[in-house]
Amino acid sequence: MRSLQDLARLADELDVDLHEAVLASDSEATGVMPEEIFNIIFSRLQDMRRSVEEARKNTNPCRLVRGDAGALIREYADRGGMCGGFLLRASAIAIEVASYNASMGRIVAAPTAGSCGILPGMLFSWEGSFGQDVDDSDRKLTEALIVAGAVGEVIANRATLAGAEGGCQAECGAAAAMGSAALVYLMGGDCDAVSNAVALTLKSVLGLVCDPVGGLVESPCIKRNGLLVAVGALAADMALAGVTSLIPADEVIDAMGQIGRSIPPSLRETSKGGLAVTPTAKTLLKERGKKKGQ
Amino acid sequence: MPVWDIIGPVMIGPSSSHTAGAVRIGRIVRLCWGGEVKNANIYMRGSFATTGEGHGTDRAILAGLLGYAPDDPEVREGRELALRSGMNFNFYEEELEGAHPNSVRIEIWDDGGRRMDATAASIGGGAVLLQELDGFEVGVSCLLPVIIIMNRDVHGVVGTVTTYLSSHGINIATMKLHRDSRGGLATMVLELDGGESAVTSEEINNVHPAIVRVISIPGVAL
Repeated sequence: MRSLQDLARLADELDVDLHEAVLASDSEATGVMPEEIFNIIFSRLQDMRRSVEEARKNTNPCRLVRGDAGALIREYADRGGMCGGFLLRASAIAIEVASYNASMGRIVAAPTAGSCGILPGMLFSWEGSFGQDVDDSDRKLTEALIVAGAVGEVIANRATLAGAEGGCQAECGAAAAMGSAALVYLMGGDCDAVSNAVALTLKSVLGLVCDPVGGLVESPCIKRNGLLVAVGALAADMALAGVTSLIPADEVIDAMGQIGRSIPPSLRETSKGGLAVTPTAKTLLKERGKKKGQ
Repeated sequence: MPVWDIIGPVMIGPSSSHTAGAVRIGRIVRLCWGGEVKNANIYMRGSFATTGEGHGTDRAILAGLLGYAPDDPEVREGRELALRSGMNFNFYEEELEGAHPNSVRIEIWDDGGRRMDATAASIGGGAVLLQELDGFEVGVSCLLPVIIIMNRDVHGVVGTVTTYLSSHGINIATMKLHRDSRGGLATMVLELDGGESAVTSEEINNVHPAIVRVISIPGVAL
């Protein structure tokens, strides 16, 4: 799939739901039957659900960051908080899954491992907060995941999903855009609203660099998973409210690709700039090196 | 890239390009070699060299060379598994102008004097590209089954091979031809839509006397 516009047109032509248009398009391109593609994504959803449960119980430590952010947010959410239970729980799930990934746990890269917390955070928090009346939750979430995947496909085709090529906008930014599309779909929004949510999300992450401390997928990656769920969710709500993006989603994606290519290599997953070379980062890495040497 | 490559792979963290992609590179190189890897020199390039240790790239490549899949929790123990299997391995850093930012060159040899040299890049989301094999440009993702044929550059080899595959019901998805010089050594890289099990590498090797070597790699799903 080359563009979200093509996808909307296809759904219109075939007079089908958005997720069915994605299945038709991928089936055409690969020769794999639509039902089979649905089943693959259905099983990915189960893997994602398992990763959320395992992540919550995970006791394997990360190498640099404390592993308690998810638990802290959950406790705080129980006491209140300004952002509401949906967002806080989405953030907690995202952080737990991203931490599990950092400690070499088994996760679903969606679209990448560094951004693997965002979609589970958004989807399963939606299920907890708004999915009670859905007859077949797994089916509905699978459909949303297929829509999210289509957004990822377009980003992969027009720009990139690799931090080393496009910075963090291409990983966590792409995941948040995919999640925003999934949320709009789950809330019954149309193709235009999906595109607008994607455009709004991506516009707010353009230029986001990839500068992980020590080259580890921990800082700022883990908390960025927990933060960008909010950008994606707000963009979804804005799009559902009828807010439109002046620049269409496909062109925002093109801009993202172009910006990614002009980000200097020091800020594209090489850990030679940005947060990775701050005094605190250097001190932490020196201490870690000493510990390893002992 | 279809939707299941975007929502996936299911993998051991922490990095799709540095961990899952690295396991897949190891697996593909093992398939090219066609058996157990006893000796390997592994040359890490770009961010594989600079950030590989923290991502478990070393363990991931070794687990792949041992045949493990990216979602196998044993990937975490790649080094120990390789040592236990008796594999003799060394890691080096290699700086090369123009190399892909996430890439690795792997030399493999056995005690009988057979050698192989493969270069591969991890291109994002766990997808990889087998770039070079024994100095020849290959450039395949290995998502589809691949047949690589090395031959002396003489008239008629391409026609003979494609006719042979077609007569066995095998459809060619893409085809790339390279040669070092006219009349020198040439490679044919064929991506197939499946059906590769209908023929063996030995059978293809026998269809034309100019064919020197045939490597068949089954599709390796993400």
